[in-house]
Amino acid sequence: MQETIDTSMIDWSRAQFALTAMYHWLFVPLTLGLAVVMGTMETIYYRTGNAFWKRTAKFWMKLFGVNFAIGVATGLILEFQFGTNWSNYSWFVGDIFGAPLAIEGILAFFMEATFIAVMFFGWEKVSRKFHLASTWLTGLGATISAWWILVANSWMQYPVGMVFNPETMRNEMVDFMAVAFSPVAIVKFFHTVLSSWILGAVFVVGVSCWYLIRKREQAFARASIKVASAVGLFASLVTAATGDQSAYQVAQVQPMKLAAMEALYDGSAHAPLTVVGPVRIPEMLSVLATHSRDGFVPGINDLLQGGYPLADGSTALSAEEKIERGKMAVNALADYRQASKAADSVQMEAALATLQQNMPYFGYGYIRDTASLVPHVALMFWSFRIMVGLGVYFIFLFALLLFLTWKKSSFFDQSGWLHQIGLWSVPLAYIASQAGWIVAEVGRQPWTIQDLLPVNAAISHLETGSVQTTFFIFLVLFTVLLIAEIGIMIQAIKKGPEDI
Amino acid sequence: MESTYIFLQQYWWFIISLLGALLVFLLFVQGGNSLIFTLGRTEEEHKLLINSTGRKWEFTFTTLVTFGGAFFASFPLFYSTSFGGAYWLWMIILFTFVLQAVSYEFQSKLGNLLGKRTYQFFLVLNGIVGPVLLGMAVSTFFYGSNFTVTKDNLTEFGMPVISTWTNPWHGLDAFAQPWNILLGLAVLFLARMLGSMYFINNINDETLTARCRRQLITDTVPFLLFFLTYLIRTLTKDGFAFDPETQQFVMEPFKYLHNLLAMPVLLVLFLTGVVSVLFGTIKSIFSPSYRKGIWFAGIGTVLTVLALLLAVGYNNTSYYPSVADLQSSLTIANSCSSLFTLKTMAYVSILVPFVLAYIFYAWQAIDRKSITKDEIKHDDHAY
Repeated sequence: MQETIDTSMIDWSRAQFALTAMYHWLFVPLTLGLAVVMGTMETIYYRTGNAFWKRTAKFWMKLFGVNFAIGVATGLILEFQFGTNWSNYSWFVGDIFGAPLAIEGILAFFMEATFIAVMFFGWEKVSRKFHLASTWLTGLGATISAWWILVANSWMQYPVGMVFNPETMRNEMVDFMAVAFSPVAIVKFFHTVLSSWILGAVFVVGVSCWYLIRKREQAFARASIKVASAVGLFASLVTAATGDQSAYQVAQVQPMKLAAMEALYDGSAHAPLTVVGPVRIPEMLSVLATHSRDGFVPGINDLLQGGYPLADGSTALSAEEKIERGKMAVNALADYRQASKAADSVQMEAALATLQQNMPYFGYGYIRDTASLVPHVALMFWSFRIMVGLGVYFIFLFALLLFLTWKKSSFFDQSGWLHQIGLWSVPLAYIASQAGWIVAEVGRQPWTIQDLLPVNAAISHLETGSVQTTFFIFLVLFTVLLIAEIGIMIQAIKKGPEDI
Repeated sequence: MESTYIFLQQYWWFIISLLGALLVFLLFVQGGNSLIFTLGRTEEEHKLLINSTGRKWEFTFTTLVTFGGAFFASFPLFYSTSFGGAYWLWMIILFTFVLQAVSYEFQSKLGNLLGKRTYQFFLVLNGIVGPVLLGMAVSTFFYGSNFTVTKDNLTEFGMPVISTWTNPWHGLDAFAQPWNILLGLAVLFLARMLGSMYFINNINDETLTARCRRQLITDTVPFLLFFLTYLIRTLTKDGFAFDPETQQFVMEPFKYLHNLLAMPVLLVLFLTGVVSVLFGTIKSIFSPSYRKGIWFAGIGTVLTVLALLLAVGYNNTSYYPSVADLQSSLTIANSCSSLFTLKTMAYVSILVPFVLAYIFYAWQAIDRKSITKDEIKHDDHAY
């Protein structure tokens, strides 16, 4: 009997990767966000010489250090899981995908690792200028790291700059600039990194509000809120703007993701945007997705059944037709290989022509059921709304905090309710951040690389039991470490900034 | 074009080998951690030792991550075959490094859930298991693994996976080859030697450094025993060769010895490395005021490992041989990225000296003075 992949093994591998990614994403945004806040504070210390700012910066650095360690640990697992759990993926696109990971290591990780040591241990050993540079370089390293990993992730959403080589049976890079600076990567970078600044800023606001509620360290807390609100407001506005661009790109390159985000089953021109329930904004979805009021936005059924007009004037294929053409591509590849072994150049040429003609649908050849082409609609719909709703909330929160702390400080000091809002906004920032990744990654399913390689063809040849075991080990390990991290953070916050 | 491609394959194997060699040197962090409770007798001494390696652990960790990333980019077939196949071997290595990564920062903090001793135990665990398993993984380069590679599987709709491990042990089968274990133990004792020499250089505490010198003897003897036995066996056994004429993999007697003799530069590198390790070690043992042993032993380690890794990759040799199906073995030519990618990555690698320069500069700034118990007591970020 011919061996087939165990579908439960695929699901466990997906679960393991999702688990690791979601835990990793609890820590990385705080690293990126706090880096800007503490860098700004140390810059003020450098310029004014006021020890108050040194004490303030050092407190946030302490929390940064606790968070950084666990972010590094989860990141290590993510990188190697491409090999351990997605070995076919690693070969099929490793020629393109490996490069950003290697560059990330060379350019970003060493920068972080080097200068974080100076940041923590160099206060009495290097000049103030060198120390300040080290603090910023630690944050810059983290940001460069984000750039390259987001380049890699964007390529999975929008594969460009490569061709398939039937001799080596893989995709090969032909245009590095197209990969490194794809429009999807640029937008994703600013959207993701700036949204991380929001999380960092909300964290600083929340912790500072806790001090105000407890009537402790009030000068420290007010100063921290001022800096964090300024960073947060800027970041919120840029995140909103890039979010709009991101949605437009999704509509062009991943229409199924957009349809799932909107729970749009039957598309139309002049499509309204569903806010929640029956509340709709007329024509808004068409405007956002096509930049035209009468633009056609395909729904899930349209994408499965095809037959709607595409932007280039052609008619969309149905999912069945795409699967058929995908199978033709895969079979043509088999024919090519066979002809190559037989040194039959005529057959090779014919097979190659068929392969190239159907290559855009290659991944569809492995799809067994058209229903699997639809991501989880309810999860997508609500995650998207939670992310956008909280994003709007943060704009108002930061604008209000900034105004009050600068212009109405006595009113702000007496507004206990506002301090409570600040404190309870911290979990909201994490929820928004996780919701964003759910939209991006669940929306890509079932593809590891959009239209090119579905999860069932990207997998490693393992037993389900092995992946189940490692899944639960990771679950326990990361959960225990998360609880430990939160415990340490709480104790450090209770203790407060130390005297210098 | 063909010669450029061959050059780039060799260039990237050099980079990978260099990263691997640097990683083995930086395992002094692990080796040092494995000695926390052997060298340290009081809480204060434990703290001093942990804070000493704690200022370097990120370099080891980063080198490991970069080694993985660079291997992925330059030799993706190895990445997919080894990581996806020897699943458990790599997973155990990763687990221990995850535990290590948080243990420094968490161990002395209030509210850390598991208590100080648990995190210190994690450091020791990673200090022992990490070097042993990494050494075993490297040994499979010489003694082979159980996998097949069938690229045509990609056209099988039901089972399109090209790399398959041929037994359910998924990497744990490396334990069945005693020579793998031997190299694992050799790397562990080398890491402990380097750890002791690093402490001698980095810590200003006479009692501790005297203990480090004694510990060096305890670790050097088994290291020499394991390493020399492994070396003699490896150089005299049949090696995994690729015959360019028949395009077939064959077993060649004395293959690795032939490689060293065929590439005298590697032989010189290797011998210089070994002498340098021995010089740094012996002088550290017998000269009570000598503190620079880590530099000689460290550079020696890099040269020795570099020469061995280059010898297993160059000269038509399979660097990742399959004992399950010899013809599935990997060479730098059949497992590498495309010419375009290797070339692009080569441009990026030009930045490596710049990276090394700032690491050296920052490292020097931090290490200008050896750390003392007093400094740790007053450092508010001490681990």
